[in-house]
Amino acid sequence: MKKSEDLIKGAFSPQKKKASLPWSGLVFWLVIALWMVPVAWLILMSVRPSVDILSGFEIIPHRFTFDGYRDFILKEMWYKAYLNSLTYSTLNTIFSVTLALPAAYAFSRFSFAGDKHLFFWLLTNRMAPAAVFLLPFYNMYNAVGLFDKTLGVAIAHMLFNVPLAVWILEGFISGIPRQVDETAAIDGYSLPKFFVKIFLPMIRSGIGVTAFFCFMFSWVELLIARTITSTDAKPISAAMTRTVSSSGTDWTLLSTAGVMTIIPGVLAIWFVRKYIAKGFALGRV
Amino acid sequence: MKTRNNKAWFLVLPVILVVAFTALLPLMTVANYAIQDVFNPQSRIFVGMKWFYQITNDQLIISAFKRSFQFSIQALLIQIPLGIAIARIMPKSGWRASAALVAVSVPLIIPWNVIGSTWLIFSRSDIGLGGFLLNKLFNFDFTSDPKDGWGLILTVDVWHWTPLVVLLVYAGLRSIPQAYYQAAAIDGASSFAIFRYVELPKLRRVLLIAVLLRFMDSFMIYTEPFVITGGGPGDATTFASILLTNIAVGQFDVGRAGAYSLIFFIVIQIMSFLFYTVLTLQDREEVTKTK
Repeated sequence: MKKSEDLIKGAFSPQKKKASLPWSGLVFWLVIALWMVPVAWLILMSVRPSVDILSGFEIIPHRFTFDGYRDFILKEMWYKAYLNSLTYSTLNTIFSVTLALPAAYAFSRFSFAGDKHLFFWLLTNRMAPAAVFLLPFYNMYNAVGLFDKTLGVAIAHMLFNVPLAVWILEGFISGIPRQVDETAAIDGYSLPKFFVKIFLPMIRSGIGVTAFFCFMFSWVELLIARTITSTDAKPISAAMTRTVSSSGTDWTLLSTAGVMTIIPGVLAIWFVRKYIAKGFALGRV
Repeated sequence: MKTRNNKAWFLVLPVILVVAFTALLPLMTVANYAIQDVFNPQSRIFVGMKWFYQITNDQLIISAFKRSFQFSIQALLIQIPLGIAIARIMPKSGWRASAALVAVSVPLIIPWNVIGSTWLIFSRSDIGLGGFLLNKLFNFDFTSDPKDGWGLILTVDVWHWTPLVVLLVYAGLRSIPQAYYQAAAIDGASSFAIFRYVELPKLRRVLLIAVLLRFMDSFMIYTEPFVITGGGPGDATTFASILLTNIAVGQFDVGRAGAYSLIFFIVIQIMSFLFYTVLTLQDREEVTKTK
């Protein structure tokens, strides 16, 4: 009797720990700690003077400096490149999500001529190797006056972010029962009105997750962004490839820039941490 | 059942226009390059399939593709089991679960070239913690030993992308109803049996997606080897993307790069198609089962 009670109790307490061994939590955090060692080393390097870094190997530095961070914030070359990256990533996120929403809705709710082929064709663009697009992008964006503009990079990154956004959003939208649409239609809502007033609030978390991934993939991309910019819209990642000067690499500044580029992503993921598992659960990333 | 409505095309149209501009038009340009010999914008001659013949016989290019393929397979063999193992011991509830999610995701949100710089700094035998220690242990030097260079890039890829596998598997595990575990507990199933007969079948779909994404992205890897080894030592880490970029942007050899791009693109498309077919086939099987 006692035993079956336990079982019933277990059935209703989802947090109940079973099967997992007591030390597995500890192992997990050990793995994470190990995983973070290179990043910790980067952070450590960013607060050491370049001279010290090169003069001799030491694990615990004997002096610190914040010159790297000061330079990063004060030198136009750096903060401008940083702002450029933020600008095109944000623009790209807005464009991609806005365009993808109606398309994702269409793919989820309607069947139309060629829909399956179209969906596959969109997906293949997520897989397209960036290197393939370098030459034509360079020539095309020059021809239409989008070369070296943050807007240009934002548009170029839609290459992989629009298909991705459609894919993730389609998953979230399909999770909402069709009856919702039908009820709204009976209540006299037109499609656009229903979409904005009722539907968008319902898929809030999906939009959040999609926006996160669009921002992230635009933020981390280097090859395309570097190819279609030169000075005005140069991304932070390209600026970093120029820390090598005649006097060698400025390791402090390179590390500082590295640490700075990690910050937006960490902030973004903190905001969407509750929804992210849901997004992954749909298997759509 | 979905409503049949061809007007839905209007909802998809903006996306199609954008993708046509960002993907289709460039591809057509590439195809155009591929059949010409361009000396300068004014003088170009039609050369037909010349570049394609040349490329399919170019030992440099063939070995770069082989290298990419080998690299992707090795990356998969490490990342998938490791990802499953980590996902299984991840905290499942409370603030610990949130913290774990954020911690695991960190490598995914670092710009790819910064990942390169991070590992470059970490692995150099003069200034890097890892490089210094390994150098003391067995003369590790990724700038001169091809094996070390390859191993380092593989390690970086594992470090960078195993978290994606972890997150996918974690989400897949969370969607398994508690009742399955209870049934297994009643049967007195061992931890391994639970994994083999409860979790693994339920993870099939998620794992397929993980394999697809990981294989493709490893196959196209560019930024990390570009920053860390620059394709070396020798050509040990000259993967397909690196070689293509050298030909296209470095040598500005438009015709050859165009033909190379098309072949690269088609190889990727065929592989995606195979994966996609397996994926949708499985979906269909599940639908017929539940009916």
